[in-house]
Amino acid sequence: MGFSVIGKSLPRKDDPLRATGKAKFTADFFLPGMLYGKILRSPYPHARILNIDTTKAERLSGVKKVVTGKDTLGIKFGVTGFIPPSFDEYALAIEKVRYIGDEVAAVAAISEEIAEEALDLIEVEYEQLPAVFDPIEAMKPGAPEIHDLEHVKNNISLYVDRNFGDVEKAFKDADYVREDEFYCQPVDHAPMEAHVSLADYDVSGKLTLWTSTQSPYYVHKHLERTLGLKESQIRVIKPYTGGGFGDRAGGMSACEFCAALLSIKTGRPVRISYTREEETSTSPRRHPMKVYLKSGVKKDGTLLASHYKLFADTGAYNNYGCVSINIPIEAMTVTYRVPSVRYEGYLVYTNTQPSGAMRGHAHNQPSFALDTQLDLIAEELGIDPIDIRIKNARQEYETSCSKIIVGSCGFTRCLEQSRDLSDWNNRKKKQKQGRGIGVGTMSFASGAAFNFFGAPSGYSAATVRLLDDGTVTVLTGASDIGQGSDGTLSMIAAEELGVSMNDIRIISADTELTPVDYGSYSSRVTMFAGNAVKSAASDAKMQLFETVAKKLEANIEDLEAKDRRIYVKGSIEKGMSFAEAICETMAANKMMPVIGKGNYNPHVQFNMLTGEGNCTPAYSFASYVAEVEVDKETGVVKVPYLVAAHDCGRAINPTRVEGQLEGSVQMGLGHALMEELVMDKGLVLNSSFLDYKFPTALEMPSIKSVVVEAPDPHGPFGAKESGEGTTIPVVPSIGNAIYDAIGVRLKEMPFTPEKILKALEEKEKRT
Amino acid sequence: MIKLEKEVINVKRLIELIVNGMSYEIAVDTHRTLLEVLRDNLGFTGTKNGCDQGECGSCTVLIDGRAVHSCLTLAMDAQGKNIETIEGLSEGEKLHPIQQSFVDHGAIQCGFCTPGMIMSSKGLLDKNPSPTEDEIKRGISGNLCRCTGYVKIVDAIKAVEGR
Ligand code: FES
Ligand code: FES
Repeated sequence: MGFSVIGKSLPRKDDPLRATGKAKFTADFFLPGMLYGKILRSPYPHARILNIDTTKAERLSGVKKVVTGKDTLGIKFGVTGFIPPSFDEYALAIEKVRYIGDEVAAVAAISEEIAEEALDLIEVEYEQLPAVFDPIEAMKPGAPEIHDLEHVKNNISLYVDRNFGDVEKAFKDADYVREDEFYCQPVDHAPMEAHVSLADYDVSGKLTLWTSTQSPYYVHKHLERTLGLKESQIRVIKPYTGGGFGDRAGGMSACEFCAALLSIKTGRPVRISYTREEETSTSPRRHPMKVYLKSGVKKDGTLLASHYKLFADTGAYNNYGCVSINIPIEAMTVTYRVPSVRYEGYLVYTNTQPSGAMRGHAHNQPSFALDTQLDLIAEELGIDPIDIRIKNARQEYETSCSKIIVGSCGFTRCLEQSRDLSDWNNRKKKQKQGRGIGVGTMSFASGAAFNFFGAPSGYSAATVRLLDDGTVTVLTGASDIGQGSDGTLSMIAAEELGVSMNDIRIISADTELTPVDYGSYSSRVTMFAGNAVKSAASDAKMQLFETVAKKLEANIEDLEAKDRRIYVKGSIEKGMSFAEAICETMAANKMMPVIGKGNYNPHVQFNMLTGEGNCTPAYSFASYVAEVEVDKETGVVKVPYLVAAHDCGRAINPTRVEGQLEGSVQMGLGHALMEELVMDKGLVLNSSFLDYKFPTALEMPSIKSVVVEAPDPHGPFGAKESGEGTTIPVVPSIGNAIYDAIGVRLKEMPFTPEKILKALEEKEKRT
Repeated sequence: MIKLEKEVINVKRLIELIVNGMSYEIAVDTHRTLLEVLRDNLGFTGTKNGCDQGECGSCTVLIDGRAVHSCLTLAMDAQGKNIETIEGLSEGEKLHPIQQSFVDHGAIQCGFCTPGMIMSSKGLLDKNPSPTEDEIKRGISGNLCRCTGYVKIVDAIKAVEGR
């Protein structure tokens, strides 16, 4: 389409800083007089706090401050302020603790060791309470009550019952109906950089916080509320951040709150770094879920109805849960053209680590169920797994039974590409012993248009400043946490302004400087911040066009910005350089700076009461085919090869899109085969990397990634999401391939050697 | 009256560390790891702490050419040896070929694992300038990356110029 920058695989301007160790992450800042903080956590899954005595800890030499819930304003927080029930958590416990790891007190001292030692000297008197660790148990009458909240009965924080279409009739009309039960395990985000926050409260009453976050604006807002500060008293800066995957999209962490509170109380900078154990066992995990799925189809495989029941374990607190329990509707109704769906979702409290958003948020679980069941149905009806999917595949610009208007959609092409590139038809016929292939699919939102704080929408704003030497400064609140948004947004600005990516300097995520953007979650950055930056760049460009048009006595509509020039389309000599145009524009406006403003605030309509309508302007789609090799003696599964076909609208930067696919395959592979937070009565048993394994370079399959472009009119230059939904197809593709290889069907994740051997044994017994 | 606060609580020893060709004489607590001393005392914060337990490779440095986990190495034990950190690779604006290759191949996402990953690659390539794909994967199997799926990292190492 004649793009200059879009579609090129360009590195980010600051990648050399990352390559040389010069990029400063939060833990790399050392401020004069800095203290080190540590958090005391509950050793019990459920207990009443009778008394906390901090005297001994305070007397320890080197300890500067000990804080408990009493030192706070006692204001609850959480993630979602707009769906009741919402905020249910204190940053430091008041009266009760609800999981092993709940924050009870925090210490600031002159060294980490002293802070650690002080934790041992804090005397907490607990009265242990009965605890419950399984959501089904927690819902039974007489189960321990975890939260004393009016709307919560039987520990059910939220129940949704959605009905789209005539489900009962559809099941009656079906030729074949089947029901299955699935389980998705809790997994950890495991970003390589654990949570870390550095707070500096100065004598002017201003709090500056450097923190490893995906959403600096939410952190800002929550600090404001829970510390009783004014908006202008706080500055949240996101330095280089070592991954996120949803781990730090949850509004505010105890790490952030405690560092801030301790700095306020001591008047000195305080840094808190989570240990790997704290990171794994106390920061949010993916919701463990039980999924019941009943589907009805016609003989030819046409889907008529689905009825889902989801039991999501939110752990001790809601965190993202109230969103998590609402959004699976998309996975259930967008990917396939099923005309009627009933969805019952239960968000249930237990005395375990809280659950949060994680890459593929609340879609992975129902999608695993659907993609597995589709294969079971296909087998029963004698249809090829990919054929049944193509038959039911969503098509562009359709409206789902849940009244979601689907935009561009290259799903069928994804299915075909993954089929052809994996040589599906041949391999399906003649597979070697113990080898098999399987397919998995997804659709995913390109950003939720919600604001979790109660503002009318989850909009994104940006400004673009043109400097008189022809370079450009983009200010955006979007957070590059590794996914590469700084690069993507620079490319979008460069394309719009007709300059080189090298001319763009990007300043991202500093709540004192950058315009509001709610952060990197729900795969929203390219769509939301991308459109905001594009519109800001266009606004600045129009200011230049006005000057240039006057100078050249040309029409604005005839002008074009390209190759660092602004000129009349078709005659490059009739124009001036970009830098000249900026100087001329300033001169014509009493030396006013040339600043472009832009925002993105899509008009989508989601009905909170019925669950109908769009949360997002566009959806990405994908189909993966995995090949597995199963050792029947040991139960070990290897994945030598995987084809990933992904419709991301348009790949702004193909290498980055591939990088997202490859990273997603790695994460999905871990979830399929090895990752699980193992718990005993609420205690996480595998909180170190020694015990919580995820794939190394040795386990990675050879990946063939294919970008299928179905540009969306809402996306900046047609781009949709890439990087979050892309984890979803991995697990079902591997599960289906295992069945193809050895004829055993695993409905519980992860597919460990023990489960495989057990299933093989059972199969043996049956035959 | 000024109330002095004493920070010294452990036994310190005067040691000499040779980091990136420079000699540093410092007093350190005998139980300090090389990672702590590099980051907290000498300001080489390019070396990262991902687990502090020898499980992730974020803290990888070269000692006498061998890739080691600096979080498991006592600073005392690195005395007099040749320590190379990520900061020692580039010269001014000129990146080391491995660094350049990582940048060019999109092998860097968040960049937290990158310094350790590059040091492991250097340890590998210094010994074996033309490793097979399998040798590369083995060479970096002690370095965890949660972002990239390693594909572009392996590509980058394969393509290092003049290796
Ligand atoms: S920090 Fe040394 S191996 Fe993880
Ligand atoms: S690039 Fe993020 S951990 Fe490797």
